[in-house]
Amino acid sequence: MTIEGPNHVKPEYRIPLTEVLWQLADDDLVIAFRASEWLGLAPHIEADVAFASIAQDEMGHATMYFELLEALGEGSRDDLAHLRPSAERRNAVLLEIPNGSGSYLHEPHFDWAFTVCRHYLYDVFEALRLEALTQSSYLPLRQVAQKAIREEVYHLAHQELWLRQLAEHSKLTRARLVDGLSQAMSWAGDLTWAAPWQAAFEEFSLVPGYRALQQRWRDAIDRKFREWGLPLLKAEMPLNGRDGRHTRHLDDVLSTLSEVYRLDPTAKW
Amino acid sequence: MADDDQRLAEFQARIDRGEKVEAEDWMPDDYRRQLIRLIAMHGISEIMGTLPEKEWVPKAPTLYRKLAIMAKVQDEEGHGQLLIRVAEDLLEPLGQNREDLFEDLFAGRLKFHNVFHMPAPTWADAGIIGWLVDGAAIVTQSMLLSGSYAPYGRALTRIVEEEGFHIHHGESICVSLAEGTPAQRAMLQDALERWWPALMTFFGPREGTHLSTHQQQNLRWRIRTKTNEELRQRFLTKFVGRIRSLGLIIPDPILRFDETTRQWHYREPDWDEFRRIIHNHGPMSQERLYLRQLTYDEGRWVREVLSKNARRSA
Repeated sequence: MTIEGPNHVKPEYRIPLTEVLWQLADDDLVIAFRASEWLGLAPHIEADVAFASIAQDEMGHATMYFELLEALGEGSRDDLAHLRPSAERRNAVLLEIPNGSGSYLHEPHFDWAFTVCRHYLYDVFEALRLEALTQSSYLPLRQVAQKAIREEVYHLAHQELWLRQLAEHSKLTRARLVDGLSQAMSWAGDLTWAAPWQAAFEEFSLVPGYRALQQRWRDAIDRKFREWGLPLLKAEMPLNGRDGRHTRHLDDVLSTLSEVYRLDPTAKW
Repeated sequence: MADDDQRLAEFQARIDRGEKVEAEDWMPDDYRRQLIRLIAMHGISEIMGTLPEKEWVPKAPTLYRKLAIMAKVQDEEGHGQLLIRVAEDLLEPLGQNREDLFEDLFAGRLKFHNVFHMPAPTWADAGIIGWLVDGAAIVTQSMLLSGSYAPYGRALTRIVEEEGFHIHHGESICVSLAEGTPAQRAMLQDALERWWPALMTFFGPREGTHLSTHQQQNLRWRIRTKTNEELRQRFLTKFVGRIRSLGLIIPDPILRFDETTRQWHYREPDWDEFRRIIHNHGPMSQERLYLRQLTYDEGRWVREVLSKNARRSA
């Protein structure tokens, strides 16, 4: 089954399609924000450049998904990215958790270990989800996924290298890594959580194999964690972002992202 | 001693023939010191220069503007990386590396460019930085491109190419604001007024009738090929018309081009203020240094992982 574009979308297909797109767009927008906070502040100049490039890729993906929503008549991409309240956001809560204490402007006591762990957990899921999306019934989404997955391979390799280096370097770096990983896992549950109503993602072949992604993600990270001698922690879900439940941190993220746009959303910027 | 004089004369002869110097070539200690001073300051300025703009990266008003400014700030960080590597090759025979450069920065021994000590309180500041600060940088860098030290020239070739994109990015932000609502235009005019003094001092003080021996030496070695004032004149020629064409008012009532002398006349900038700023007493100097040092110190444990692994693989 292939749906060529917005003009071929029937009402029963439209609801799960937009749900998938909200999830994709919101995930990438929020993780791009968190990654960009490190700009100019990463522990190493080379790491700064690499992480900046990753942040840009994620923001680029978010933009493509918001454009697909715009093409479906959901509103302008910039209104969708900047003006929706946090209760309408579908990003995983894991992605909105701050990089550490302080903000990118004041007293940024950021935690590199948590940052790379969180990003790794996301990249593993993102790669699996994109792989599934390359078989999506919605042609414009399939095309975006084919483009994005090429970049995701590099992101994943980059984060794997960080985790392995920190795990193997010394007792101290391993302890810091495990601490970062525990923090990340204490929020990671909703990243891969599949709601009963998301059965439609599979029924319409929007995300083929969606419900199996959770287990595939678990298997993929466990395999690596065993290899690196890291604990296999449970992915907790204190809040479910896929249901629009978020921490207050998301409000901070959104108010920063939209600070200038909100001055005048009708103006040309 | 005679040998040294002869080596020096041969080195000067190479330069005069227009030859380029490579990192592994013999060079006078003073030539090396001048290059380190210049390139380390340039590299560190690129790194410090990411800070005022990064404030606006997530706040950029639209998704496209966010993408563009992210790419821009990444480029600046990349330029810093490239330049610091060039400086590291020069520092190696002295037993120093980039850690020393950062220590010098934090101790106030290594200065960063005056413009990066200034506040950027609105989105229009991000536009002015991209357009005019990068515009000023490209004037200096295009001149340095033809300098005698080949590795710096090669790095600059790439940098100047990317700065060209940055100017378009910054100009595009400014054009949108200039053509926008009254509030957007006012925001842009304010930003221009805030940045103009820093842009006028960007190239350094005007030389008197006699150049300092320091500058004469750098000209003779073709580390640089133009004076500060020549660069400032070129900047004004390139940008004054474009700024005015956006309906902006440059905050200098006596600024005009004299057709007979082919020179711009302008109000003399406050050079005492300029000196205070570059000695880390500018409005944002301490705050930005603090931000950089805080994260530098807290990231030390991560850098140790990298340096040990680099030694292992070496």
